[in-house]
Amino acid sequence: MTLPTQRLFHRDRPDAELLIRSAHVLDPRTDLDEPHDILIRHGRIAELGAPDSLPAPQDGEALDASGKHAFPAFVDPHVHLRTPGQEYKEDLDTGTAAAAAGGFCAVIAMPNTAPVLDDAAILGSLVERARREARVPVGFLASITRNLAGDELTEMADLSDAGALGFTDDGKPVVSAGMLRKALQYQRLCGGVVSLHEEDPALSGEGVMHEGAVSARLGLAGIPSVSESTMVARDAALARYEDARVHFQHLSCAESVQALAAAKAAGARVSGEASPHHLTLTDDVVRTLDSRFKMNPPLRTEIDRRALVEGLRSGVIDCIATDHAPHARHEKEVPFEQAAMGTTGLETAFAALFTELVMSGELELATVVQRMSAGAALYGLPTPRIAVGEIANLCLVDLEARFEVGEDGYASRSTNCCFHGRALHGRVLLTLAGGAVAFRRPMLVDHPTSRSSGAAALHSTAGGRGRGPEA
Amino acid sequence: MSRQMPRHLISIDDLDREGIERILDRAESFAEVSGREIKKVPALRGRTIVNLFYEASTRTSSSFDLAAKRLSADVVSIRSVGSSVDKGESLKDTIHTLSAYDPAAIVIRSPHVGAAQLVAGWTSAAVINAGDGKHEHPTQALLDVFTLRRRLGRLDGTRIWIVGDVLHSRVARSNILAFTRMGAQVTVCGPPTLIPRGIEALGCEATPTIERLHEAEVVYVLRMQHERMHESFVPSLREYAARYQISTGRLSPGQLLMHPGPVNRGVELSADAIDSPQALIGEQVKAGVAVRMAVLYELLVGSPMLAAVAAG
Repeated sequence: MTLPTQRLFHRDRPDAELLIRSAHVLDPRTDLDEPHDILIRHGRIAELGAPDSLPAPQDGEALDASGKHAFPAFVDPHVHLRTPGQEYKEDLDTGTAAAAAGGFCAVIAMPNTAPVLDDAAILGSLVERARREARVPVGFLASITRNLAGDELTEMADLSDAGALGFTDDGKPVVSAGMLRKALQYQRLCGGVVSLHEEDPALSGEGVMHEGAVSARLGLAGIPSVSESTMVARDAALARYEDARVHFQHLSCAESVQALAAAKAAGARVSGEASPHHLTLTDDVVRTLDSRFKMNPPLRTEIDRRALVEGLRSGVIDCIATDHAPHARHEKEVPFEQAAMGTTGLETAFAALFTELVMSGELELATVVQRMSAGAALYGLPTPRIAVGEIANLCLVDLEARFEVGEDGYASRSTNCCFHGRALHGRVLLTLAGGAVAFRRPMLVDHPTSRSSGAAALHSTAGGRGRGPEA
Repeated sequence: MSRQMPRHLISIDDLDREGIERILDRAESFAEVSGREIKKVPALRGRTIVNLFYEASTRTSSSFDLAAKRLSADVVSIRSVGSSVDKGESLKDTIHTLSAYDPAAIVIRSPHVGAAQLVAGWTSAAVINAGDGKHEHPTQALLDVFTLRRRLGRLDGTRIWIVGDVLHSRVARSNILAFTRMGAQVTVCGPPTLIPRGIEALGCEATPTIERLHEAEVVYVLRMQHERMHESFVPSLREYAARYQISTGRLSPGQLLMHPGPVNRGVELSADAIDSPQALIGEQVKAGVAVRMAVLYELLVGSPMLAAVAAG
């Protein structure tokens, strides 16, 4: 079987040669939480030194990062890159540009494309495209059932050999317990994680938002919390019975957190993710009927939001996943019920969590940083670490910088961001992915006179309207 | 002096009690016009009103039509069947097209929640919501309050029961808001499958039986749509009628009976109840024109600021 790292694909880029001077390094896994110089040579972290102690590489540049934070770069186990077939929403280039702009060094793409990624030949062509276009490494999940129809398994073993990291029918649940059970049995042959979008269509019905006081007020059909949590409970039981490795995607409600905690306590090999929007917003914002707030699963109540935050803090929920779901304007500029479901999230994930959860005191910064890359290990991928000898996967963030989401446009091809117009703190300035510079904010300008060695100053974005993210 | 009218009427939430009363007072004066032989005033002469109906409607569309004409406006009525709307034109494009005629107001009915609000963002015309999905139907609520106020003087402390399919009813939502804003106490009653979870947040109480119906001074019955039976919201119309149908036998003396129409005779209302002197159904219809005239007038010329703009 292929090694996991060979299941991530990206275009060739030059290895970074760079000195990041005096950044506050925070890596909860290596227990670093203090200012350091970080020397990157040939794309690897060559040296970590006291602030202002290391010389710039002769063939590279030095960046003055004092007052800025360096984190292990983020890994997003749940994005929609809309390729093949829906490139008008996003493609591998724009989607990974958005990822890089958000501090991500790797993303995992969902298979609900057109056609569905349910066949090794489609995966093969996607891998080729990723090798030409992807700015950060991309992994792919294949579908569990053919065409996401729920009634025939894909050729899971062939798909695994072709590079799939796992399987999901994301966007839809696997309604038949019998069908899911077969997929879990097949996992013994082909490996990979089986990831599940949990929803009982009989309970969701025609629902377009959370069922509760707000849906009652608006006259919109509701999706009850139990639509998700009953399926989490069912599938956790199946995972346990088959001793399968199951990951629950985009959990949205308190009952699901409880079901996941119970399954873990019972010894099931299960994990879960939550999205920045479910962790920071509630169905109250849907009162505006702004279709940016329409997503599946829907935004739920404050009780649910708090349960998700607590689940993330305690580790019941393992990681953050954006469920980055780009849609074209014409798919969102329609009445709420007709609007496409989903929000973009790659470019705002960290800032939203930092502003709404860390600055408010709900979570520690270190917890958010850890959970932002914890998705890697769940899929058997190496976890980014800031340590000597590691491949450079890190991001530089200005926690002070305040910006209005969307003010400079988006790197994503789509603009349907649920945080659009919000003032957030914590701006990603630089992303190193797989040893190469994947993103550098344009206001990161050279100031040759600022230091004898010719260090560039990292300007915060506060107050200034710069150009758009690098194209 | 009464506060300024909102620019649009999308929801009852756009109006405070004072605003509702101002529209109702204006409607009283237009009701007088409707009693004349020449039922026309020149208030909106030379201005254009577009009635855009994406859903079948008889009384709402005809009363908006008549209301605009009695105010001397030029009226363009568009129905989805046979128009470019029917050919897949997006709502946004339709509104841009119609805005080229520079209408003073667009009256819109849509099967979709929030359609009127979206339209308000795409046009400089005043937008009046004539029903958006299951969300709201504010002019229905205003004409119902108008009808009740005429009969009772005021709604403060009045106990009003809204009976039937609350889940699928935009009338119920707008009326709960309008009735409570005017000081009434509202109870919604219906099969548990047709009472939305969380409805109490609108400021009403909910009950699954009509046992305490005698407590009500006003019984407002909602239309039961036959298709709900096929969707299994109720096991059968027969059982629904047996449990919830309002007949003269179930009405207490002095209780007033209302219904937004069209009525399913023999389902939510018995024939004798419809024809009983306790029923205000005919008065509701009659109030429709005067109240919609008042809404158009208040939004387009009633507000001091807009009146100044119109004069200038």
